[in-house]
Amino acid sequence: MRVKKLTHKNSLLMKNLKRILGISIVLIAIVFIAADHIDAPAVQGGSSDISDFYAFQGENTNNLVFVTNMQGLLSPAVTGDASFDENILIEINIDNNADNIEDLVIQAIPRDGRMYFFGPIAPSETGLNSKIEADNAMQLVVDITPYGMDAMTATSAGITAFAGPRDDPFFMDFAQYSEIIAGNATSFNDPGSDTFAGTNVLSVVVEVPKAMLGGSGTLNTWVETKRKQ
Amino acid sequence: MKNIKTALMVSLISVLSFNCSNDDNMPTGPTGPDFTGTYVQMDQMARPAVNTVFVSPSSKDMFNTTIPSEMNANFQSMFQTNLEALSPAYANPGDTNALGLDAATFTGLLATDVLNVSTTTTTTFFDGTNVLTGRALADDVITVELLLIFGGEDFSENPGLSDDNVDANDKPFLNSFPYLASPW
Repeated sequence: MRVKKLTHKNSLLMKNLKRILGISIVLIAIVFIAADHIDAPAVQGGSSDISDFYAFQGENTNNLVFVTNMQGLLSPAVTGDASFDENILIEINIDNNADNIEDLVIQAIPRDGRMYFFGPIAPSETGLNSKIEADNAMQLVVDITPYGMDAMTATSAGITAFAGPRDDPFFMDFAQYSEIIAGNATSFNDPGSDTFAGTNVLSVVVEVPKAMLGGSGTLNTWVETKRKQ
Repeated sequence: MKNIKTALMVSLISVLSFNCSNDDNMPTGPTGPDFTGTYVQMDQMARPAVNTVFVSPSSKDMFNTTIPSEMNANFQSMFQTNLEALSPAYANPGDTNALGLDAATFTGLLATDVLNVSTTTTTTFFDGTNVLTGRALADDVITVELLLIFGGEDFSENPGLSDDNVDANDKPFLNSFPYLASPW
């Protein structure tokens, strides 16, 4: 990565270190910086906790891929017992006219060992409350891949989907970051150590033709989890 | 469509059955998956680490339940305060990061937490050329964010804080769907 080469070009002293450490109390709440792993009290460690979100061009460059990862930091010992929650809707939001309001959603929700996908479709309402667009949207169903099995995928109308445990693609020396924030260290190590090595997530991957997403070159996207009331 | 037909048939059968029986235990609706009800927001995410780094502890749940179009008005000021606490150089007049963004502009961008994705070019969080055109699995997003927070105008400041020196995942990604590596 080009940016990394620039990092050590110069070695200005950390003139503000003391001030940084002085405000470490403010930063203690940042201790679980890990993309979005365990980011807030109401969702921390629960079945609605999103750990990461990715959006990138697919192997077929006419497609975009959306990855939503949940329930991070699963050790191999507990991965087989981890499961998606049937009361939690995963909703990928797509704004294609630059107002930061979703024009389209892709919904995913598990039922009896299978993940049901609906959309992309204009939602019947935007914002914090959602209905599952089961009556109106294209539906795609995929078996949730059990731990230890090869990835099972399903494709329909150009959309491909997967749900199940995968290696957590996130990487960071979170342990050393914590030491810095705690005032026990003044810099990262070189080389660092990936705190997320050897851990898994529950992942939902959906690949969609760009032509279904609208817009004129740039989309604004985000993912939500929503609990059935 | 097949499922709808099945569901209709099942409901028709159960209605018919109900009509010739007083058995209160007979199902009266579709026996397919139930997708009814209202689902209310719990968590949301777009760019990596935004809530964790820039939102103050008491506001984290609120951030997760604020729609993106209202985030800037509610959170930009908090983001700027927290950025300047993390990286005090930002408080100096005219101080910018390597993208040329000062504290107000940088946090104005971040406070609306959506992940921008290009449908026409390379999709990457930052590859030295393309900025915020997506997020690929291999992108070293934490180092990018550390650089933009601590690295100053040319990524040269605070070198010990601006790179965690973990540059890649512990397993190689796949070239094909589902792209993520198999679990450990």
